[in-house]
Amino acid sequence: MASSIRVRATSNGDTTEVQALIQHPMDSGFVKDAKGEIIPPHFIQVLTFEYDGKPVFVADWGGGVSKDPYVKFAFKGGKKGDDLKVSWVDNKGATDTTTAKIQ
Amino acid sequence: MSITTSEFLGSRRLVLKGAGVAALIGLGVIPFGVPQALAAANDKYPEEAFKQKNEADAIKALYGKTAEPSDKVKMDAPEIAENGAVVPISATTTLSDVTSISFLVSENPISLIATYRIPAGTLPSVANRIKMAKTSNVTVIVEAGGKLYSAQKEIKVTVGGCGG
Repeated sequence: MASSIRVRATSNGDTTEVQALIQHPMDSGFVKDAKGEIIPPHFIQVLTFEYDGKPVFVADWGGGVSKDPYVKFAFKGGKKGDDLKVSWVDNKGATDTTTAKIQ
Repeated sequence: MSITTSEFLGSRRLVLKGAGVAALIGLGVIPFGVPQALAAANDKYPEEAFKQKNEADAIKALYGKTAEPSDKVKMDAPEIAENGAVVPISATTTLSDVTSISFLVSENPISLIATYRIPAGTLPSVANRIKMAKTSNVTVIVEAGGKLYSAQKEIKVTVGGCGG
């Protein structure tokens, strides 16, 4: 299965800018479906970005984050060709991980 | 007679010892409770904060203190969101020693949207996309040097969409 995570990490020599797009329904638990039944909550709770074995950015999310969430941040350091590890875990315990090369 | 007195003294000593132990346990519980509550904002998923309906309660559950408005916290968001299901919002700050950035929507059923942990070396700037049930104030909280700073802006939502 293709990864649910798409990451682009680009280094300008000084800082590394990271953009990530994740495929996830992010159901808040407040929305009803066509039959009028509540769609149970299903959202990513923790999204972690690790570089060189250390977290560089950690997102704690609730159901208020949009479907197929997008996030952008930047950190100091990070060399071209190095790995950036991205992983998430949702409220049902599902997880996904990917490793991106810094460009 | 003398036996009963010593017995009495002995039992009194026991009671005193018991009280001493109870006091020690009591003291022990308090210092344990405080760091755990503070650590929750730093390394664990803040489950409680994401259960609070009200904005003030969510900030309290997340940080245990209140924020003061600051013009050093900048929020970039649209005046009017055409689609409440996807509202692009970014925040940045000129403050130093930033440890976290959080987004809250006061009119949403759950006020807290997201909180981002910013380790040293990561720039205090985040962009993301959030859901808004209706027109509401959106608050950004920046935790810097152990203090909270906030910026607020009203975003008008033409099509509500908490989930879309």
